[in-house]
Amino acid sequence: MKDDTYNFTLDRREFFKLVGGGIVIFFAAGNPLTLQQRRGRGYPEDFNAYLRIGEDGRVSCFTGKIEMGQGIHTSLAQMLAEELDVTLNNVDMVMGDTDLCPYDTGTFGSRSTKYFGPPLRKAGAEARAVLIQLASEKLGIPEEKLTAKDGSIFAHDDSTKKASYAELAKGKKIVRHLEKKPPIKHYSKHAVSGNPTDRMDSEQKVTGEAKFTGDIHPADMLHAKILRPPAHGATLKSVDTSAAKKIQAIQIIQDKDMIAVLHKHPDVAEKALGLIKAQFEPSGSTLDNQTIFQHLKDSAPEGNVVTEEGNIEDGRGLAAKKFEKAYYNHYVAHAPSEPHTAVINIEGDKATVWASTQSPFRAQAEVAQVLSFPQEKVRVITPFVGCGFGGKNQGNQITEAARLAQLSGKPVQVAWTRKEEFFFDTFRPAAVIDIKSGLNSANQIVFWEYHNYFAGDRSSQPFYNIPHYRVLSMGGWGGRSGGGGVHPFGVGAWRGPGSNTNVFAIESHVDIMAEEAVMNPLEFRMHNLTDERMKRVLSAAAEKFGKSFSKAPSGKGFGLACTDYLGTYLATIAEVKVNKNNGEVRVERVVCAQDTGEVINPEGVRMQIESCITMGLGYCFTEEIRFSNGRILDENFDTYEIPRFSWTPKIETVLVDNPEMPPQGCGEPAITSMGGVIANAVYDAIGKRVFTLPMTPTRIKEALR
Amino acid sequence: MEKNIRFRLNGKTINVTSSPDRMLLWVLRSDLELTGTKYSCGEGFCGACTVLVNNEPVLSCQFPLEGVEGKEVLTIEGLKKNGKLHPLQTAFMQHNALQCGYCTPGMILRAYSMLLKNPEPSTENIVDAMEGNLCRCGSYNRIIQAIQTAARTMRGGTS
Repeated sequence: MKDDTYNFTLDRREFFKLVGGGIVIFFAAGNPLTLQQRRGRGYPEDFNAYLRIGEDGRVSCFTGKIEMGQGIHTSLAQMLAEELDVTLNNVDMVMGDTDLCPYDTGTFGSRSTKYFGPPLRKAGAEARAVLIQLASEKLGIPEEKLTAKDGSIFAHDDSTKKASYAELAKGKKIVRHLEKKPPIKHYSKHAVSGNPTDRMDSEQKVTGEAKFTGDIHPADMLHAKILRPPAHGATLKSVDTSAAKKIQAIQIIQDKDMIAVLHKHPDVAEKALGLIKAQFEPSGSTLDNQTIFQHLKDSAPEGNVVTEEGNIEDGRGLAAKKFEKAYYNHYVAHAPSEPHTAVINIEGDKATVWASTQSPFRAQAEVAQVLSFPQEKVRVITPFVGCGFGGKNQGNQITEAARLAQLSGKPVQVAWTRKEEFFFDTFRPAAVIDIKSGLNSANQIVFWEYHNYFAGDRSSQPFYNIPHYRVLSMGGWGGRSGGGGVHPFGVGAWRGPGSNTNVFAIESHVDIMAEEAVMNPLEFRMHNLTDERMKRVLSAAAEKFGKSFSKAPSGKGFGLACTDYLGTYLATIAEVKVNKNNGEVRVERVVCAQDTGEVINPEGVRMQIESCITMGLGYCFTEEIRFSNGRILDENFDTYEIPRFSWTPKIETVLVDNPEMPPQGCGEPAITSMGGVIANAVYDAIGKRVFTLPMTPTRIKEALR
Repeated sequence: MEKNIRFRLNGKTINVTSSPDRMLLWVLRSDLELTGTKYSCGEGFCGACTVLVNNEPVLSCQFPLEGVEGKEVLTIEGLKKNGKLHPLQTAFMQHNALQCGYCTPGMILRAYSMLLKNPEPSTENIVDAMEGNLCRCGSYNRIIQAIQTAARTMRGGTS
């Protein structure tokens, strides 16, 4: 071990200036943090990227991840507190600040705990080891006779001989290099991680003190409202802003394709926007909800093989019973509580941006480009985010605010209205799934041919025992994976992208085969599974449910679905009542058993499962974006209905113990089984199957006819 | 035409000079910088902007400023008294009855107004009273439990 004189890089100096005074201890385990590392794709080696110990002994945890309700504000703090042996209330979270936090691609895909957790744990372990070294020098006790506990280093044999982290940190400005990296703790030694822990952000949120982007008010800020086309693909023909100009203190900015009105109060700006008279050329799109599925099939690119095994023709030859069905789902909105919002303040050559985003570093790059600023002159700060679900991976509100701030010379806020939120949403894509399959005389699935049009391939790999299968993907859920130009508006990741549609199709189809096999849904799944982890979650869910399944349709209204979402296994059981007169479904009870590997915060995992089940009811029953000729016909929650208090079933969760497996994601998995489990429960209740999501009362009545 | 409107806000008398037809939500958030009250749907369909006017819940995005003249307005910022959290606030924390927290101020104020009238609500009463408030994170069951806990605490006179 050696001490270095403090050798700041420019980046370091900026870092310390930003985090304020009282930086008293500083360790480096590798090369000093460089700009390249921070801007690169991977997580940095240097644990200073993850934490700081202040003169008061408090630990700050830095992460480029953001908190949008999913609870990593708490669970990541638990992981760090565990390795560093401090109590949880001594950890401060600094999230999504591009100047302070290590580079991160964004918060999505249930990846925070799974991928960011391990480097964070290593950083904590390393910092603990350095503190022990410092304590050893201070106390004159060999390192091996020292232990870290509750923010202090103690002598094993004499607990009066101790040094707190605050004392060790005080007055120090040194860099330490560890020759050997310490191991992280075994889960059996955990005291903080693994404990059910209340949210650490809740006091701020119940008092109204929690800041979201729209709550940020730099001095002299203007609210901007932007003229929008009535339909996707409609182009501006003519505009008359004369009436709007008459509003006192209004500023109107016209820049290329953008026409904006700015005022210090958002409602006044909105009123002025309403006075602008604009004419648009209509959209060229002729699609609507009735024609979309045929359009998707007609527009599909050649499929790529997601996975295959054996030979489909051989499998077909083995089949005693064959099945062929198509499954459909409509466009679904993210509908976050907080619409997309951004605030930007440009001071000299530096821009500070506050944004409701899941990808602060992406926002930083976009703003830098729009302003022609170097990236390091753009700081993105992410306040609390009011829901994301993938919808805030991107959003033009940030660059719109940047352009307007530069043009107006004032700080600017752009906050989308609910109508804009529905219009510019990157919807979960409408999709079609065709499945052909067969059972042999022993009721084993012998072939499985899966054609996926635009859902996205996640969770489409079969986990049942099937000797001959082929899964083809014709167009993904958007972005690079396909779908571009085919949909009449933006599509993208939606909580559990791809999987919601795939699990609906797969698990509906499995139930169809179970009925033909004259087996109940649980029995048939067990019969066709060898994956012990999947069998275990199924058994756990069935045990909790406590009532027995019968061959469907039993009239009982019980449904079952299971899936593997990126390594998290789960089985969900639902009990429903269907009103055959009006087609309405009441979900009475949902049980979900989930194996998510090692659990960091059991309370947090349960909250996510409950959230998934509740939100998932929306796409089961009502959520369908209606559109026509490029127009989005649903503009608010009056016609686009999302789950309410009265919908909520009794929810029971089982966390299947599996601490040997590293922690997996939990923000998305349980929503992905909702379409399948509810479709199966509805079938069990009424003996008719609905092949299209959402299962609206109209579609259920049609099925009954 | 601007007008001077006088009302009580979280226990203090204030004067606002503005157009009387502006919605209370924007006066609170923009003029007074009380940002605990949230915009979410802007048309009265979600309850996120709920505040109390003379103890009655109103959707502040649909409620004009002139409507508060001479009245008592309570926002989430006014619920904590002498540094002490209201039982509803502690119960929401205890039950983790929130995730993103964006709808929470509206939820708490709606629940507060219900408990004023019905200190011992059944689950059904709670669902009926809260039905217009949306939570996209799906914390409904926990919010119901939190309201029941808070109601018990308030009846017990511990706060």
